Amino acid sequence: MMILSGDRPRSRILSVLLLVIVVALAVTPFVFPGAKAMNVATKICIFAALVASYDLLLGYTGTVSFAHTMFFGIGSYAVAIALYAIGPSWGAVAAGLAIGLPLAALLALGIGLFSLRVEAIFFAMITLAVASAFLVLASQLSWLTGGEDGRSFTLPELLRPGTVFIPKNVLGTAITGRTLTYYIVLVGSAAMILGLLRVVNSPFGRVLQAIRENRFRAEALGFRTVFHLTYANCLAAVVAASAGALNALWLRYTGPDTTLSFAIMLDILLMVVIGGMGTIYGAVVGAAVFILAENYLQSLMGAASTAAADAGLPLLPGLLHPDRWLLWLGLLFIASVYFFPTGIVGRLREMARPQAEG
Amino acid sequence: MTSTLETSNLTIRFGGHVAVNKVSCTFRPGELTAIVGPNGAGKTTYFNLISGQLRASEGRVLFDGTDLTKQSAPQRTRAGLGRAFQLTNLFPNLSVAENVRLAVQAHRGVHYDMLRPWMVRRDLIERADAILDSVALSSRRDVAATALSHGDQRKLEVALMMALEPKVFMFDEPTAGMSVDEVPVVLDLISKLKQDSSKIILLVEHKMDVVRSLADRIIVLHNGQLVADGKPEEVIASPIVQEAYLGIAPGRSAA
Repeated sequence: MMILSGDRPRSRILSVLLLVIVVALAVTPFVFPGAKAMNVATKICIFAALVASYDLLLGYTGTVSFAHTMFFGIGSYAVAIALYAIGPSWGAVAAGLAIGLPLAALLALGIGLFSLRVEAIFFAMITLAVASAFLVLASQLSWLTGGEDGRSFTLPELLRPGTVFIPKNVLGTAITGRTLTYYIVLVGSAAMILGLLRVVNSPFGRVLQAIRENRFRAEALGFRTVFHLTYANCLAAVVAASAGALNALWLRYTGPDTTLSFAIMLDILLMVVIGGMGTIYGAVVGAAVFILAENYLQSLMGAASTAAADAGLPLLPGLLHPDRWLLWLGLLFIASVYFFPTGIVGRLREMARPQAEG
Repeated sequence: MTSTLETSNLTIRFGGHVAVNKVSCTFRPGELTAIVGPNGAGKTTYFNLISGQLRASEGRVLFDGTDLTKQSAPQRTRAGLGRAFQLTNLFPNLSVAENVRLAVQAHRGVHYDMLRPWMVRRDLIERADAILDSVALSSRRDVAATALSHGDQRKLEVALMMALEPKVFMFDEPTAGMSVDEVPVVLDLISKLKQDSSKIILLVEHKMDVVRSLADRIIVLHNGQLVADGKPEEVIASPIVQEAYLGIAPGRSAA
């Protein structure tokens, strides 16, 4: 199947899992129309694309970047500032993209050419420094970015929640501008993920894997690895910025905490590791598992805690108290890394392999 | 057409140690030159200077009339210098076929094509399979390079170089660590390459029987210096080689 660029899930369980995630995301506005469910679904879409673009770097080239949230933020801020300054029009969205995406690409090009010639640790340090500087800049340049408060803005009319296309009659759900925005996010993210899948399975992507395996040898074969790594860095930056733009459209707000914080960088890292590095599919699975756990673990634990208290069990109600959710998320993470060192996707593929050969 | 490879006064210093010292030598097409010398004589360093993994402190590397001294390893590869490494240097977790396919891809100049799936380029895959066939590795094409036996890894190393279709073949101890029955495959390959009179072949090798059967010319490096250069029988018989390389006092015959 060329839409998957010849890189199939290669595991029946994984195929089913991906299908469930995609179908669930596609029907969310009708089946789970609540605000929380919609926010969670949107976040899964956006982060799946964001994490996939990070996987292009970490999983396929083996370079560690800490600047991914910066590119996410650039796309997000560009659209936010354009809509804030120009007003709610499609022209403003286009202007934001026309400024944000090339800016992200240029910055990635600069960082790449400057630091990808040498050892990977240097690149990691440079991205950390640049990302920190950008975070400070975004919170200090209040006249432009709104400082710590960020920027709230109004969307073009078509995307506003108040715009009703079809009033409450399709499965009891109204189709509004919000629904349209959701599908723009869903389709946009899906296109980015499929695009990345194509890139990693292209002749170019194969060279990236060769560089990850043995950069010295790739050079000896005649590949100018600096350029390959820099292109990959630019591509990842543009996808991250696009995901940022989608994020801004959904939230109708952009601030340091929703785009630039290192907590988000950490989340991205966790998602790519949990899902499985160097697979792209891992980004989808990782984002879905992580964001669902982040949002529903608390309520699940609340229910379990109450149940344990009712049953009169000692210690358990305290351990399962919703305030301890971070502890359990941490344990889940350690367990997943311990039991699935190659991530969920890697593990599922390993399980599927003997059957395929037998 | 004279596309010769030449090093003139080629020198590299590591701190106070001169690993390769003013080596001037010209290699001509259709000639297989064996480079011999004791361990630490600077043979591999000399190779690294020619193929660009190391930059010379002094002196120049000229190929086909162009000065390669300032060029990077990838540039020299594209200029036609092919190198098989002494310590096996592969893409360990990629399949054998993928290792060779990447080399073919590099040679065909497919570097930044990111819009098509790689399988669409059947030509690259078929060429890689043909090369695997010529080194007798077809049966192992789908296993990871790291799972190959040492001898097979050496063969794959040679296959990568052949995929680059270089004008200069540089073999750094191609048979080192191979079992007896594996050696002939590699030697046959080198003999076949020799029949093409447009190729320059350089061979670093310790086994004197291999050198004697293949070489048209031998140069001897000792402590980074070129100490002998000539026809195999002359060089092997010369006192300086007997002493410096074989460790045999002059007057006694080499085995």
